[in-house]
Amino acid sequence: MSKPIVATTSLAGCFGCHMSVLDIDERILELIELVEFNKSPINDIKKFTKKCDIGLIEGGCCNSENVHVLRDFREHCKILVSVGECAIMGGLPAMRNGIPIRECLEEAYLNGPTVVGNEEGIIPNDPELPMLLDKVYPCHEIVKIDYFLPGCPPRADLIWEALVALVTGDEMKLPYEVLKFD
Amino acid sequence: MKTGVQKIVEKYGKDKTRLMDILIDVQTEYGYIPHEITVQIAEDLGMSEVDVDQTISFYHFFSQKPTGKYHIFLNNSAVANMMGRAEVAHTFMKELGIRFGEVTSDGLVGLFDTSCIGMNDQEPAAIINNQIFTRLTPFRVKEIVRDIREGKSIHDMVVADYGDGQNSSDLIKSVVANNIRKIGPILERNFKPGQVIEKITKMTPEQVIDEVKKSNMRGRGGAGFPTGMKWEFCRNAAGPKKYIFCNADEGEPGTFKDRVILTERARLLFEGMVIAGYAVGADEGILYLRHEYKYLQAYLESILKVAREANYLGKNILGKKGFNFDIRIQFGAGAYVCGEESALIESAEGKRGEPRDRPPFPVEKGYLDMPTVVNNVETLCAVVKVVLNGGDWYKSFGTTESTGTKLLSVSGDCKFPGVYEVVWGFSVNDILDMVGAHAEDVQAVQVGGPSGAIIGPNEFNRILGYEDLATGGSLIIIGHNRDILSDIVLNFMEFFIDESCGSCSTCRILPTLLRNKLLKILDARGVKQDIDDIVAWGKILKASRCGLGQTAANPMLSSLKNFRHLYEKKIQKNKEYDSGFDLGQAVKESCEATGRVPNF
Amino acid sequence: MSQFVKFTIDTIECMATRGQYLVDAARENGIFIPTLCNYPGVKPKGSCRICTVKVNGKLMTACTTPVAEGMNVENESAEINDLRKSIIELLFVEGNHFCPACEKSGSCELQALAYRFKMLVPRFPFQFPYRSVDASHPKIIKDHNRCILCKRCIRAITDDSGRSIFAYRKRGIGVEVVVDPKLGKQLTDELAQKAMDICPVGSILVKEKGFNVPIGARRYDKSPIGSDIESMQISKI
Repeated sequence: MSKPIVATTSLAGCFGCHMSVLDIDERILELIELVEFNKSPINDIKKFTKKCDIGLIEGGCCNSENVHVLRDFREHCKILVSVGECAIMGGLPAMRNGIPIRECLEEAYLNGPTVVGNEEGIIPNDPELPMLLDKVYPCHEIVKIDYFLPGCPPRADLIWEALVALVTGDEMKLPYEVLKFD
Repeated sequence: MKTGVQKIVEKYGKDKTRLMDILIDVQTEYGYIPHEITVQIAEDLGMSEVDVDQTISFYHFFSQKPTGKYHIFLNNSAVANMMGRAEVAHTFMKELGIRFGEVTSDGLVGLFDTSCIGMNDQEPAAIINNQIFTRLTPFRVKEIVRDIREGKSIHDMVVADYGDGQNSSDLIKSVVANNIRKIGPILERNFKPGQVIEKITKMTPEQVIDEVKKSNMRGRGGAGFPTGMKWEFCRNAAGPKKYIFCNADEGEPGTFKDRVILTERARLLFEGMVIAGYAVGADEGILYLRHEYKYLQAYLESILKVAREANYLGKNILGKKGFNFDIRIQFGAGAYVCGEESALIESAEGKRGEPRDRPPFPVEKGYLDMPTVVNNVETLCAVVKVVLNGGDWYKSFGTTESTGTKLLSVSGDCKFPGVYEVVWGFSVNDILDMVGAHAEDVQAVQVGGPSGAIIGPNEFNRILGYEDLATGGSLIIIGHNRDILSDIVLNFMEFFIDESCGSCSTCRILPTLLRNKLLKILDARGVKQDIDDIVAWGKILKASRCGLGQTAANPMLSSLKNFRHLYEKKIQKNKEYDSGFDLGQAVKESCEATGRVPNF
Repeated sequence: MSQFVKFTIDTIECMATRGQYLVDAARENGIFIPTLCNYPGVKPKGSCRICTVKVNGKLMTACTTPVAEGMNVENESAEINDLRKSIIELLFVEGNHFCPACEKSGSCELQALAYRFKMLVPRFPFQFPYRSVDASHPKIIKDHNRCILCKRCIRAITDDSGRSIFAYRKRGIGVEVVVDPKLGKQLTDELAQKAMDICPVGSILVKEKGFNVPIGARRYDKSPIGSDIESMQISKI
C-alpha cells in the first residue's frame, strides 16, 4: 500500500502551527516513514501534483487568495483539518472583524502610528493584490472541514496524535493536557 | 429642567420602585430622557447612574436621544405587513425624507418601528404621540405628514369619525374600532356595576375562592393555571401585605381582546380585581397596562374615580369594615416579556423586565416580595360572572376540561376580523366559518401568536380548548397568497430577537442564529443539514427561564412540523454542504474602499 | 419535618440540608454540576443555564432550585451534557473569545468548561460582534469582547450604600455589562481585585499587572474544572 499523502498550507496564520508540526522532534523521522508530503511550505511544493489524503490548514481566510487556496485544498484532499485557533475561529487576525475595512486600511496605511513615508497617502490597490474579505473567516465557514485541532499553536503531541490516528484509523486519544486553546 | 425633574421625582415620593412612572413622565415631558436627567434622577433616588440607565435602556418607548415633537411608531407585525404596511412605511419615509430610527433634521418628526400594538384587526396602524391611527393608507400618511407640518395637534389630525362605543367618548376620542363580532357572558351588556361587590360583602373570602374553584376556571393569559387555586395559594401565603395585579400587557402579536375589554368593560374588570383582592386579602390592586394603550389612561382613571365615589373602591367598601381595596394603573414602556408575570412584577418595581427564577412563585413572593396574584384581564372579568351566577352556571359553558367562554382576537385574511366571545370547544373550521373565511381559501392559521403554533388544513378540525389547541386567543388567518416562511415565520423570529430580555444565554443568542438559518434557506443556500440544525438548536431554547425563551423557536419548529415541504422546496438537493459563503459579497466592501473591481 | 432531605442524582443517593440549592447539595455529595453565572455567596440568577438538570423530568437550573425530598435529578446524561456543551459553544460564538491573547487563559471558567466538554469547534457560526474595550477607569479594564453577561459582577459588587457599580444595558442580543462612570472611577484596589476575581472570564482585568502566573501553571491547565469536587466522591467510595 502506498503511503498516505499530506498537504499543508498557512493562510491568515503566523506559521506557528507549522512550527508546532516540527516540534514533534525525533518523531518527524517516523512521520516521513508514515506519510508522503505533497503541496506544503515544508518541502516547498507550490502546486498540487496529485490528490491527497490529508490537508492541514493553518490560519483563517482574510483575503480572496486564502479562499482560493482553501478551496483548492478542499478539491484535492479527502480530509481537511483546521489546525490552530486562526483556522478554527479566525484568531488574532479576526480582531479586525466588526471594524469597517476602510477604517482598517486607513489605520494601516495612512493614520497609524507606525506609518512612515506614505506622503502620497496611497492605500495599496494593485490588481495583483488579493482582495480583503469583509471579515476574517474561520475555514469551516467557507468549506467543509472534517477535523479540528485547537491551540495556539496546537501542542505538538496533539498534532502527532491526530496524524497517527488519521493515518492508522485508530481512535484519537485526547488527553486533558493536550487540548488547549492557548 | 432640574426643578421639573425634581417635581416628578417628588410626585412619586422619591421611591425607587416607582422609577417606571418617573421615566414615563420625563419621556412624555421632554420627548426623551437626556443624560443629565438620568444623572439627576439617580442622585435624587440614591441610585447609581447605571442603575437608572439599565431600566431606561431596556424599554422600547424610552429614548436617550430626541424622538421629535411628533414621534411616529409604525407597527411592524406580520398582519400589518399583510395589510399593506410596506407602502405605508415607504410613504412615511418619502414624505418625511428620513428612514426608520431617524428624526427629521428640524427635530419635528421621528419615525420608528414597533412590534404589535394590539390593532391587528385594523392594520396598518401607528402610534403618534400616544394616539392611535388605524387603517393607514399612503394617502392618509400624506395627510398626516401635511398636518404635522402645519403644526396641528394630534386630536385635530383625526379625519375619520371616532370609533364605536367608548372610543368616541370625550376621554378617549380615538379612531380605534372595537369590532366586537360576537358577545357572550363576559361581553354581554346587562352588567350592573357594584352588584357583585354587594354580593361578596355577604360572603367570606373562602366562599368566594370556593366558587371560583368550583367553576374550574383557568387563567386566560395562555398558561391556563387554575384561578381559584392561585388565589388560595396567595391567601394562604404569609405576608403583611398582598397584591392583585391585572396583567394588561397584551403583547402577544395578534391579540387585542383585552384592549376591547378595557374600552368597553373596564368596570367589570375593576370589580373583578376587587373580588380577587377580597378573596386573597389584598388591599392594593395594580393594573399593569401596556404603554401602547396609553390613549385609554384618562378614561380608565375616570372609571376608577366613579368607582371610588360609589365606594366600590376605597376604605370599608360598601360599609364592610376592613374591606379596603384600591387600584392604580402602572404603565409599561414597551417590552413583550413583561407579559410574563414575574417580569411584569419586576417592571412594576421600576426595574428591567427580566423574569425571575421560580420557585418562589409570585403567590408566595411577588411584588415587593409580598404574596401577589397576577391575573389576565379576561380572567378577572370572568370571575365577576362566576361569583354572580355561581361556578355551576359557569361550568355549563364549554367542555369538561375547558369551562366557560374565551375571547378570540381574529385577524388576517378573513372578512370579519375582530373580537369574538365563544364557548370553548369549537373547531378551527367552525371559527373560520364564523369569521368569514372559507376553509379552502386558507393556507394556515397561526394559533396563539408567534409563541403558539401554525397549523394547516389537515388540523382545522382540532378543537380550541386546554385539552387540544390551548390559546390565549389570538388567531391569525393566512391565505394562500402569503409566503409563510418570509411573511410570517421570519417576522416572528425578528420579533423574538427584538423582545428577548437578554438574561438567559440561550434566548439571547439562539433566535438570531435560527433567523440566520432561515435567511440562508430563503436565499436558496440551505442544505438538509440546516433543517436538522434548526430542529436541534430549537430544542436548546427549552432550557430558557421563561415562556418567551422556551417558545422563541416555535415559529420555525412549528412551521417545520406542519409545512416542512416549504423548507424542503427551498434547500439544495444535490449538495451536502454549503457554508453560505459568497466570495463576491465578501470582497465588496474592500473593493469599494480601494476602488477596485473584483477580478476573479 | 426533618432538617435533611434524600434525593438522587443519576441514581446516586444523596443527602442534603433542606432548602439548599441543588448545585451546592450536589457538591457536598461529591457530584459536580457545571456552573458559570453562579458564585458562592452571591444570590443565584440562573442566567447562563449551564447548570440545567432534569428534575423529575423537567429542565431546571440547579443553582436556583432548592432540593426537595425524593427529587430525581438527571445530571450526567448524554442529552444534558450535549445541552451544556451547546450553551458553552453559544457563549464562544456570541462574543470574541480569543484565548491566546487573554490574561485569564488557563484560569478562565468558560475555557475550562470547554476543555471539560472537549469542545473542538463550536457548532454555531461565529458572530464576531463589534465590541469595545472600556479602559476609562483608573483601576480596571472592562473588555466587552470577552463578557459572557453572567451578571456575577452586577450581583456581587456594589458600593457601601448598595448602588450598582456594574449593570446591564439594553436588552436581547445587544445587552452589555457597563461600569458606572462615576463609581467606576472611585473603585478601591480591593473592589477592583474582587471584580477581576469574580469574573469567570477575562472581561474585568485589574490594570497594570498581568501574566504573574505563567501559561501552563494556571488553575485549569493540569486538571479539569470540577475534578476537585469529583475526587471527594471517589474517596468516599
